[in-house]
Amino acid sequence: MALTAIFFYLFATLALASGAMVIVAKNPVHAVLFLILTFFNAAGLFILLGAEFLAMLLIIVYVGAVAVLFLFVVMMLDVDFAELRAGFIKNAPVGLLVGGVVLAELVLLVVARVAAPATPATIAAPIPQGTTNTEALGQILYTKYVYFFQGAGLVLLVAMVGAIVLTLRHKEGVKRQSIADQVARGPATAVKMVKVASGASAIPDAPAKR
Amino acid sequence: MSSETITMLWEYGLWLAVTVGLSLLVLVGLLLCVAFLLLMDRKVWAAVQMRRGPNVVGPFGLLQSFADLLKFVLKEAVIPAGADKGVFLLAPLATATCALAAWAVIPMNKDGWGTWVISDLNVGVLYLLAISSLGVYGVIMGGWASNSKYPFMGSLRSAAQMISYEVSLGFVVITVLLLVGSLNLATVVTAQTHGVGTWLGLPASALDWHWVPLLPMFVVFFISSLAETNRPPFDLVEAESELVAGFMVEYSSTPYLLFMLGEYVAITTMCALATILFLGGWLPPLDIWPLNAVPGIFWFAAKVVFMFFMFAMAKAMVPRYRYDQLMRLGWKVFLPLSLVMVVAVAGVLQYLRSV
Repeated sequence: MALTAIFFYLFATLALASGAMVIVAKNPVHAVLFLILTFFNAAGLFILLGAEFLAMLLIIVYVGAVAVLFLFVVMMLDVDFAELRAGFIKNAPVGLLVGGVVLAELVLLVVARVAAPATPATIAAPIPQGTTNTEALGQILYTKYVYFFQGAGLVLLVAMVGAIVLTLRHKEGVKRQSIADQVARGPATAVKMVKVASGASAIPDAPAKR
Repeated sequence: MSSETITMLWEYGLWLAVTVGLSLLVLVGLLLCVAFLLLMDRKVWAAVQMRRGPNVVGPFGLLQSFADLLKFVLKEAVIPAGADKGVFLLAPLATATCALAAWAVIPMNKDGWGTWVISDLNVGVLYLLAISSLGVYGVIMGGWASNSKYPFMGSLRSAAQMISYEVSLGFVVITVLLLVGSLNLATVVTAQTHGVGTWLGLPASALDWHWVPLLPMFVVFFISSLAETNRPPFDLVEAESELVAGFMVEYSSTPYLLFMLGEYVAITTMCALATILFLGGWLPPLDIWPLNAVPGIFWFAAKVVFMFFMFAMAKAMVPRYRYDQLMRLGWKVFLPLSLVMVVAVAGVLQYLRSV
């Protein structure tokens, strides 16, 4: 248990510190890199809870794909810091409101823990005995709530199709490669035999050579 | 201190010492292997082009990699003036560390002592996928921190490429996992002791391994792992004809060495993963006397070297892809193909279960 506690405090401290650095860092790319470090520490905390499947998915999906795209976009942005700072006072009330709501929820969570001490135990041990975490998640997602899962999938599909429809446009006059056409090309379609009269051009309409 | 605390500390200490010792053993062994695999890569490439390859340092040039190591370490590390120094140096470190960390879960043998692996995770496959997806960070950070155009172009290409091929790689792994029913890598190997061959009544042999029922997936896996590790014909990240050396342009000396090391370790990891998923890991090709008396680690190493040979031959023989063709192959060919295979394999398994 002592080792678990040490690792818990290590991951928690690093997560908090790097989370703070996300806001404080002046360079947006550094901020994203700190965000990635925060994800990592969250994954570490998941492992300590016994949710190793979730931890690995967090790294594969968020760190391996989503954060890469984040970084991708942020690197290409030309961020004007003076402009950003000018907006700070204007947006501060909204930010404070959101922050206040989150803080209130966190306080409520602590209050609930104190009021009903039995709840944390059930929260911390959601996996039925005798199955692995992957199986337990599969049972819930693909068996118990399969229709909700499919529904969520459909919503995502519609969103994806929508994004493509909105952004895809075929420019006129751009040459595109058609692999199928290239592969299907054979002597019959690519070569034309022309009988050339002496002194004439092989191209029918070309002016004759002198 | 009570005696209980001392026992606990002793147990932790012992566990820690064993883990550190094993890690060091694997690390040193792996680095030595990579040094010779690098030489093999160059020798194979040279042989295809009818050259001799490195043959000056040591007998047959066997010590070439160590000479290169000395050369890199003794050179001056140049950091460009406009570079973001911290990120610039972090990038090669991240590449090398992630690549080496993957070997913590790779099982190399199983005998009376148990499985030869540092950490027998029950989500080993996911861990490997997670770590290999982290490889892209070294490339992106290096490209951005160099504060130069060619490296940046290279890293942007790489980000898109590695994410694209990770998807199909993931689906290929899922087909294997469907057959096995476990995410543990050692279980994936032991599941290959019976398969198509034993079903036909033959003794346990190479025909039982997953490459037989999943041959198309094996091919997709091989090509995707070429793309995932930025190897030719998909080395657009460092396309020397267009981008000089891609994200590595500004790197020199030890940071460059770390990039190179990370790349080759990642390739070896992919070879090991292909060995475990499709080629039966440490299982002998035919389970009869002289073959199954050989220690499993030998078969494992032989298969990894075979896969590496395939990587080297691909580099030697195949011309580089154009960027749009690369993207087309990943998204329009491999992704649908592997998706269909996932559905097909799941369907067949469900049918066999109900019969």
